[in-house]
Amino acid sequence: MKLMDHIPALIIAVPLLAAFLSPVVGKINKKVVGILAALALGFSLIFTIILAVKILSVGPQVYVFGAKSPSLTLPSGLKFPIRIIFQIDAMGIFMGLITALVSFLGAVYSLAFIDKNNGIDKYYSLLLLLAVSMFGMELTGDIFNFFVFLEIASMASVSLICYKGTERGEPVEAGFKYMVVSSISALMVLFAIGIFYGEYDVLNMAALASVIKYSQLDKIALGILVPVLAMKAGAVPMHMWTPDAYSEAPAPITMILVAASQASLYALFRVVFSLYNITLNTLVVGWIIIIFGLLSMFIGVTMAIIQKDIKRLMAYHAISQTGYMLLGVGVGLAVLANPIALPEYGITAMEGGIFHIMNHALYKGLLFLTAGALFYRTGTRDLDKMGGLAHSMKYTTIFFIIGAAAIAGLPPFNGFASKLLIYESVYRFNPLLSIIAMVVSILTLASFVKVFHSAFLGPQLPQFKEVKEVPQSMVLTMAVLSCLIIFFGLFPDLIVKNLVHPAVMSLIEQFKYTGIVLGGR
Amino acid sequence: MIGNFPYVTVAVSIGCGLYILMFQKNLIKLAIGINLIESGINLFLITLGYRKGGVAPIYTQAPAGKAMVLPTPQALTLTSIVIGVATSALVLSMAMMIYKHYGTIEVDKARRLRG
Repeated sequence: MKLMDHIPALIIAVPLLAAFLSPVVGKINKKVVGILAALALGFSLIFTIILAVKILSVGPQVYVFGAKSPSLTLPSGLKFPIRIIFQIDAMGIFMGLITALVSFLGAVYSLAFIDKNNGIDKYYSLLLLLAVSMFGMELTGDIFNFFVFLEIASMASVSLICYKGTERGEPVEAGFKYMVVSSISALMVLFAIGIFYGEYDVLNMAALASVIKYSQLDKIALGILVPVLAMKAGAVPMHMWTPDAYSEAPAPITMILVAASQASLYALFRVVFSLYNITLNTLVVGWIIIIFGLLSMFIGVTMAIIQKDIKRLMAYHAISQTGYMLLGVGVGLAVLANPIALPEYGITAMEGGIFHIMNHALYKGLLFLTAGALFYRTGTRDLDKMGGLAHSMKYTTIFFIIGAAAIAGLPPFNGFASKLLIYESVYRFNPLLSIIAMVVSILTLASFVKVFHSAFLGPQLPQFKEVKEVPQSMVLTMAVLSCLIIFFGLFPDLIVKNLVHPAVMSLIEQFKYTGIVLGGR
Repeated sequence: MIGNFPYVTVAVSIGCGLYILMFQKNLIKLAIGINLIESGINLFLITLGYRKGGVAPIYTQAPAGKAMVLPTPQALTLTSIVIGVATSALVLSMAMMIYKHYGTIEVDKARRLRG
C-alpha cells in the first residue's frame, strides 16, 4: 500500500499541520482546538504503533525525504547519502512510542486542566510543536536535522513553561533559565556538528559512524556532546534548570517535558553507541556516564527530601530517576568492548536502563498529573497547606499510591521490574554502585511517604470541604497510565523481550543502525 | 597563518560569550552572550566551507574551471541564523516579562525560585 511507505513522515506531518491549524481553528471556535490536538496526536500514536510493529517484525526502516522512492538512500552511485533521512531502528521507535503516548495523554489531560479563555489555541499549537520536535529528534538520521529539532523543542518547551507568565513572574524566571541552558547546549551541538562536517564532509549519522576514527577532533566533539546532552537531560551537576522548569510548567506540560529530556538522553546514547561505539575508550566514557548517574541519583533524592512544593519535590525525583538510566546504560557502555562481561551482565544492565526510561515516563507522568489534579482543586502546591484530601479525591489518591509505589520500586509495579534488572546486573560490575542505587530507592520511598501523609491523610480540612474529584478526562488519563504501570509490572518479560531487548541490541550492534543506509557495507 | 585568523575569531567570540553567560548578572547581557556564541559558531561553519579563491556556489552561473566554496555549510548557517533570530526574540521577550513582574533585570534581585 502506498500510504504505508510514508508512515515515518506522517508521524510528524499530522501534528505539524495541526499545530499551524490550531490558531486558525481557535479564531472560529475555542472549544474544538483541544480536540483537534488530541486527534492529531492520536493519529500519531496509531502511526507509531503501526511502524513499531513493522520495525520489530521486519527490521529497521528508512525514509528519504525528497527522493523518488522513500527507501532510496544512495541514488545513482553516491558513496554517502545527501538527502535528509529518517532512520528508525528499534531504539528510535521505542522512544517514539513513549513520546506518542505521553504527548497524546498530555493533550487529553489538558482538555479539562487548561483554562479555556486565555490563549488556548497557542497552548495547543506549542504542545503539538513540542511533540513534533520530540518525534523528530528520535526518528531522524541526520545530525543537523537533529539540531533543528532540538532547537524547536527548546523554543516550544520554554514558551509552554512560561504559559502562566502573564500572571506571575516565577514561570518566566524558570523559562529564562531553561532557555539559556538549552540554547547553549543546542549551539554546542552545532559546534560539534561543524567539527564532524569539517573532518568527514558528511552529516548523516550512519555515514559518519562508518568513517569515524576517534581522532583528537572526535574526542573534542565527544567532550562537547556528552556534557551538553546530559545537561539537557537534567543530570547532576547540570541540573539547576530542572526543578524550576518542571515545577512552574502546567502539569501536562511537565509530563511531556520529562519525555523531552529523555529524548536528549536518547541522543546521548545514540551518539555514544551508534556514532562512536567501540572506537572510543569505552571504560573511561562508561565511567563518566556512571558518575553522572550516581551524582544524579544521590543528589536528586537528597534534595527532594527537603522540598515543600509538591511539584518541585517530584522534579528532584525526576533527576534522581534519570540517574538510574545513566547508571544502567553506563555499565553497559563500560563493558561494551569486553566480550565476556557484555553478554553476562552488560546487556542486562542496559535493558534495565532502557526499560527504566519507559517506566519513568509512565509513573513520573502519572505523579505529575496527580500533582496537577491536587493543584486544580486546591489551588496550591505547598504540602504544608494541603491535608486530608483522601476524603474527597478518592481516585486521585489511588493513582498517587500506584505512582509512588512504582517510583519507589515496590513489587507488582513497573519501577520494580526495571530497578531489579539494574540492581542485579550492576552488582556484578561493582557491588558498591548497586548498594547506592538501593539506598536511593529507599530514600525515594521515604520522601513519597511524606508527601502521601501530608497531602492525603489526616482529618478533612475546613478550607477543602468543597473540594470534588477532578473532571472525567483527567481521571481517564491517569487511569490509563495506572493500568499501563500495573501491566508493565505484572508482565515485564513480555515488554523486555519484545521491545527493550531489540532496542538494546540495535544500540550495541552499530552495524544494525548504519547498515540500513549504507546497504550492508 | 593568516588563513587561521577566522578560527581565532571564532574562539574569541565563543569565549567572550561563555564568559558573559558565567559572570554577568544582567539579563540583556545574557542575551548578548548567547548571540555572541551563536555568531562564533556561524563563522566557524562558514569558514569550514571556504576554499581559497572559490566563487559563490551557484551552479549555472559559475565560470568554468573555477573552484566553488562548499554550499552545505552556507545552508546550515542560514538555518542557524533563522533559529538564532527566534531564540533572541524569545529570550528578550522573557527579559521584558521578568522586568514587568519583578521591576529589575539583575539576576541577583530577580530570583524567587530557590532550593
